[in-house]
Amino acid sequence: MDMEFSPEDLAFQKEVRDFIAENYPDHLRGKQDEGEELSKEDYLAWHKILYKKGWVAPAWPVEYGGTGWTPTQRFIFSEEIARADCVRLLPFGLAMVGPVIYTFGTPEQKARFLPRILSGEDWWCQGYSEPGAGSDLASLRTAAVRDGDHYVVNGQKTWTTMAQHADWGFFLVRTDKDAKPQEGISFLLIDMKSPGITVRPIITLGGEHEVNEVFLEDVRVPVEQRVYEENKGWTCAKFLLAHERTGIAGVASSKRGVERVKAIARTELDGDRPLIANPFFKRKLAELEIDLTALEFTELRSLAGPNAGKGPGPESSLLKIKGSEIQQRLTELTLEAVGHYGAPYFRGFGANDLGGDNEHPIGPDYAHRAAPTYFNMRKTTIYGGSNEIQRGIIAKMVLGL
Amino acid sequence: MDFTYTETQDMIRDTLSRFLADTYDFETRQKFINSDAGRDPAIWTALAQELGMLGASFSEEQGGLGGGALENAIIMEELGKVLAVEPYLPTVVIAGGALKAVGGAQAKALIPDIIAGGAIVAFAYAEPQGRYDLANLRTTAKKDGAGYVLSGHKGVVYAAPWATHLLVTARTGGGQRDRDGVSLFLIDANLPGIVRRDYPTVDGSRASEIYFENVAIPGDALLGGEGAALPLIERIVDEATVAVCAEATGVMQKLHEGTLEYTQQRKQFGVPIAKFQVLQHRMVDMFMEVEQARSMTIMGVLKLDLPENERMAAVSAAKAKISRGAKFVGQNAIQTHGGIGITQELAIGHYFKRATMIEGQFGSADHHLDRYERLTLAD
Ligand SMILES: Cc1cc2nc3c(=O)[nH]c(=O)nc-3n(C[C@H](O)[C@H](O)[C@H](O)COP(=O)(O)OP(=O)(O)OC[C@H]3O[C@@H](n4cnc5c(N)ncnc54)[C@H](O)[C@@H]3O)c2cc1C
Ligand SMILES: Cc1cc2nc3c(=O)[nH]c(=O)nc-3n(C[C@H](O)[C@H](O)[C@H](O)COP(=O)(O)OP(=O)(O)OC[C@H]3O[C@@H](n4cnc5c(N)ncnc54)[C@H](O)[C@@H]3O)c2cc1C
Repeated sequence: MDMEFSPEDLAFQKEVRDFIAENYPDHLRGKQDEGEELSKEDYLAWHKILYKKGWVAPAWPVEYGGTGWTPTQRFIFSEEIARADCVRLLPFGLAMVGPVIYTFGTPEQKARFLPRILSGEDWWCQGYSEPGAGSDLASLRTAAVRDGDHYVVNGQKTWTTMAQHADWGFFLVRTDKDAKPQEGISFLLIDMKSPGITVRPIITLGGEHEVNEVFLEDVRVPVEQRVYEENKGWTCAKFLLAHERTGIAGVASSKRGVERVKAIARTELDGDRPLIANPFFKRKLAELEIDLTALEFTELRSLAGPNAGKGPGPESSLLKIKGSEIQQRLTELTLEAVGHYGAPYFRGFGANDLGGDNEHPIGPDYAHRAAPTYFNMRKTTIYGGSNEIQRGIIAKMVLGL
Repeated sequence: MDFTYTETQDMIRDTLSRFLADTYDFETRQKFINSDAGRDPAIWTALAQELGMLGASFSEEQGGLGGGALENAIIMEELGKVLAVEPYLPTVVIAGGALKAVGGAQAKALIPDIIAGGAIVAFAYAEPQGRYDLANLRTTAKKDGAGYVLSGHKGVVYAAPWATHLLVTARTGGGQRDRDGVSLFLIDANLPGIVRRDYPTVDGSRASEIYFENVAIPGDALLGGEGAALPLIERIVDEATVAVCAEATGVMQKLHEGTLEYTQQRKQFGVPIAKFQVLQHRMVDMFMEVEQARSMTIMGVLKLDLPENERMAAVSAAKAKISRGAKFVGQNAIQTHGGIGITQELAIGHYFKRATMIEGQFGSADHHLDRYERLTLAD
């Protein structure tokens, strides 16, 4: 047992680090950490750089464009990306629909969609949740009725992240109303420019436009855009849930978050001493850092321990629960650290869809996104299977209850 | 990067857990911890001679299996799972650790005896006024010819009634709380002038108050430099703390498993109480504490050889997390058992008692958070 990287891994780490240092676009630096809203171009700029390098989809099989890295290398890569505060790659194409297509898709589907996912030409969104189907996803009602070689789709999806930018969406739809809930669902790939699709913004607590409602009215979808068999879409959905999610714990970015809070707490004053000297604040910071260490070593154990390589176990639920709690506590401490200057509401320089006010933010730079980010990050314990649902998974799959 | 165990390590774990399954069931344990001796000496002998367990963490030249802190952790976790009272911690981890660090004639003389099961060492370090501060010592060792004269009072010395030797911290100089002037002595437990008051502990072990009444000890009892032993003591206490974290992991795992088992049998409202989601989620939270305790123990083991400040921060992080986790898992195990949980009848309550004592052993969560903050969160 040891926690040292091998010389090959260290060389790889340096290669990744150097590549990021030389190629990461200057105008994106710091944006992720500050909790800035990112534009479509921001996301795609970094995506395309990694694509050109051949590093955009490390987890994919080599034949479809993966890198063939070992799990440790993949871990190093995601650590370095996070350490350098790079813009996050959106999961919808690369980590979600891509793996579904290369696992369940036809040769035509693979040829048509996979290269455009890798290149970033197609932006994907995920159409699962509905107003009446959240945690209980299998109760979804959006219906697809067969009409010759098309499906006609009617219904409503919601919380659809970044659908406002999407070229394509992967949707769970009901194709058999009479079957048991899980058995009447199909997995459709739908062109977001299809007639009958309306996307409406939902504005979240931090003022962001991240999620949307998607209305589908008599949307015609060619049958060849169904992945896997009719009424077997739940299989694809379940596969996705269990698909390896390296970095689900968010350790590297939370480590950076801790350093950021420390820096703020060394700058902010509390009486005649820096805030970090306040014993109560310091204690919360220490506890957070220690919990993050526990998460880090739990992730390392699952990555390089006796069960490594046996696919993602239910421990990914543990990583999700603890990882999301830590992310939230970080934003909580940041907001606490900035004091009064958490209050001014800064709408951005006009870069976002709501229109900014073009005014310079009030208060220190590190303060103006503190409250919006804190508000926004409440999402982490709700999405991706809420933390209550994750506890349910552990109770059933690990504890056998 | 590798978080797997070697074949030898797996073998140590398997051998020990099979042996303990045969010899250390709950009823048997209750019988001997309530006997006059408070333990079954045959078990210690078997651990040494049949299983070779006491040599696992010593080098091959010393007559051991070539292991170290990880082997200690594996063994402590297994001992924790059966609530063993055997003095592995003070004898092998602490005294063994000190002797390995110091080497020389003293190590040559005693290590073989430890491995063979002949020597039992108790660690006499804590004093009534000292709380968790290793340097806060009133016990003194005054130079006297070639030797020293030891005077003072050590409190709650676990395993002292069984010990052949005592590992004692004492001042050879400096003021009561100075870092300088602290020395470490390994002495015969039965020297004239050593007065013991023995008693059982709440977690099933035995301990003593020890009064050194002008005890004459030989000069070669000194381990390490005179007056300069604090860094060595801190190092071995860090090793011991990680070993206790490993024991805690075993104890917490059993508390969790026992709770899972009980709630699946116990019916109320016509169903096993394990069907109630509020209890399920609590048991998941317990599970997560157990897993994190295991992670933090491994983290602690792997960081024992880092530079002093990093080592101390890592050990404190582990102990702070595990002290809290042990409390959480212990209290919730009892709560989830309902009334039967507070009786002496079931094993669960005994695991709870050991978990509770572990919380404070070598420093409470607060103590370790303080140390962690001093090391990592300076202004
Ligand atoms: C920012 C954000 C982005 C999202 N992006 C997408 C996306 O791109 N595509 C998509 O399809 N969906 C997306 N979602 C939806 C997300 O998957 C759902 O919010 C999630 O599944 C929870 O569903 P719900 O919001 O309807 O809450 P509900 O299911 O109504 O849950 C409400 C509360 O009840 C609890 N609860 C529910 N069931 C149980 C149970 N059995 N036991 C105990 N407690 C329970 C939940 O934990 C929660 O606390 C996104 C959500 C957010 C917040
Ligand atoms: C010190 C002591 C003194 C007592 N004195 C008396 C006395 O003088 N007279 C007397 O008649 N009784 C007495 N009792 C009994 C006491 O009332 C019971 O212990 C109590 O009702 C709980 O029942 P139980 O112990 O059988 O636990 P259980 O009912 O088996 O409960 C076990 C666990 O399951 C949980 N649980 C049970 N049902 C549910 C549910 N529906 N949803 C979620 N969780 C659930 C409980 O909260 C508990 O954590 C005493 C108990 C104690 C500990």
